[in-house]
Amino acid sequence: MTSLDDLIGRTEHNSLFARLTSVPVFWVILAALVACIALTLLTDTFATQRNLFNVLRNFTFVAIIAIGMTVVIASGGIDLSVGSTVVLSAMVLSVLMTGGWSFAFAAIAALTAALAVGAFNGALIAYAGMPPFVVTLGTLSGARSLAMVLSDNKMIWEFGPDHNLLLWLGGGSTLGLPHPTFALALLAIAASLILRWTRWGQYVYAIGGNEQAAILTGIAVKRQKVTIYMFSAFTAGITGILMTGWLGSVTTNLGQSMELAVIAAAVIGGANLAGGEGTPLGAVLGALLIEVIRNSLILLGISTFWQGMFIGTFIIVAVAFDRFRNART
Amino acid sequence: MSRLKLENISKNFGAIQALSGVSLEVAPGEVLGLMGDNGAGKSTLVKIIAGNFPASSGEIRIDDRSTHFNKPLDAQTAGVEIVYQDLALCNNLTAASNVFLGREAMRRFGPFRMLDYPTMNRRAADLFKQLKSETRARDVVRRMSGGQRQAVAIARTLLSEPKIVLMDEPTAAISVRQVAEVLDLIRRLRDRGISVIIISHRMPDVFGVADRIAVMRRGRLVASKATATSSPEEVTGLITGAIEAA
Ligand SMILES: Nc1ncnc2c1ncn2[C@@H]1O[C@H](COP(=O)(O)OP(=O)(O)O)[C@@H](O)[C@H]1O
Ligand SMILES: [Mg+2]
Repeated sequence: MTSLDDLIGRTEHNSLFARLTSVPVFWVILAALVACIALTLLTDTFATQRNLFNVLRNFTFVAIIAIGMTVVIASGGIDLSVGSTVVLSAMVLSVLMTGGWSFAFAAIAALTAALAVGAFNGALIAYAGMPPFVVTLGTLSGARSLAMVLSDNKMIWEFGPDHNLLLWLGGGSTLGLPHPTFALALLAIAASLILRWTRWGQYVYAIGGNEQAAILTGIAVKRQKVTIYMFSAFTAGITGILMTGWLGSVTTNLGQSMELAVIAAAVIGGANLAGGEGTPLGAVLGALLIEVIRNSLILLGISTFWQGMFIGTFIIVAVAFDRFRNART
Repeated sequence: MSRLKLENISKNFGAIQALSGVSLEVAPGEVLGLMGDNGAGKSTLVKIIAGNFPASSGEIRIDDRSTHFNKPLDAQTAGVEIVYQDLALCNNLTAASNVFLGREAMRRFGPFRMLDYPTMNRRAADLFKQLKSETRARDVVRRMSGGQRQAVAIARTLLSEPKIVLMDEPTAAISVRQVAEVLDLIRRLRDRGISVIIISHRMPDVFGVADRIAVMRRGRLVASKATATSSPEEVTGLITGAIEAA
């Protein structure tokens, strides 16, 4: 005779394969891996150090913000303002540095400006109960406009006394890796740890899973939401600073429609727009997959006009796949 | 001595008068069955006791001390736990995470405090065992049956040694076998001296487990009497209004 305990114990250990395939990230890794192997075989340009370096650098910026976006999406929200927050952060940085301020001061000011956008988003969403889509659509428009006012809509390519430091930070590399990649790695690890091991992280998923339940259990949902939007704005602010250093110049169309690539990366990486799901690792891999697709189309000589079609297909397949998986269980 | 004493509780949502002048007493270890038609105000009453929203007027006394709850946490601190009608679970989290939601076990890790999953899983598994439920602590709630979800919600209330457990329709959406288990659990709570208020539409459940039956109609309490002195016919009459009051 088997006792209840035996029964419970036995069913607890699903096979490793079943567990693996139930994680969305698994399929993204598989897809990215297949694409990389195919490209290595099909072209002799993909697996070169130079190309890999480019892939790495290009996907980093989208990936950094996709981590912030994933947290927002996992909490059941959306943040359309990240692209505009990037340019606002970049402009605050550039204008101050051009005005002779140090990099450190300008960077803190830039991040403060970004965090202010996030706090504004979060406050309207949490305390005024407005839909995230509408609020962040508003700040998408407002923050970019503010950046134009700040810079008088001129291009900035002179960054005062710390000019070289800025260019080194954003555009340089150490140990063969571009500097923004280090920022990405740090952020991905920190975000993963926070989401998995802190109350704050647990509540992100709780709010996304059942906001009403979260409120009823006494979680400070409103305050938490403000910090969630501040987090995504923070990732955009960091990106604004790094992109400025990488490009060596800033115009007011920096980060334009970047929110779409970022959301695509998050969704492909397993973030559920209905809330409750999403991981930083998934977001990074989603961004990487998009960049690998983009890169492969170029290397294979396929017209860049087809890029959107491929990425669009991936988004829809990723979501359809998720629905299928959930419908089965 | 009364464990819980409600005096003249009224509640209005704007123009809707959900409760008018409800007075009620519950003794320690007593099971009170709260009955009434849809919209009678049962859920509103227990939510007020649980600190979800304040009464418009009236007083709540616990162990003869006047209390005032601003939020659910206040009520929990005072020993009041509630199982909501819709269970209020996060489908995307594990059973253990749901049990501990809002009061997670933490442990130190150098200068940091991190979630203590082993402890939470172990204690949740322990509670499920007490409930004789085959709910697994590490399973995600999304994939659970109605009975298992009920067990998760009930296990939540047992986390702190509660004085009063409120249950809103705990037997509405589960199998017959699970109903028997939930009723067993309620008896076990009573044996521990915990007072239970159970809202239910199912006459057999209430008559099977409740020491006293209270009936509400249109926001008013129309009866509160010992189960032994009542009958399903009388209660039905009280619910529908065929019997004015008892
Ligand atoms: N949050 C609320 N806002 C407005 N009206 C409410 C709210 N909650 C309950 N009511 C109203 O109060 C009355 C009592 O509802 P409820 O307590 O849920 O009844 P029951 O649980 O007995 O079915 C109903 O008329 C209901 O529409
Ligand atoms: Mg109800």
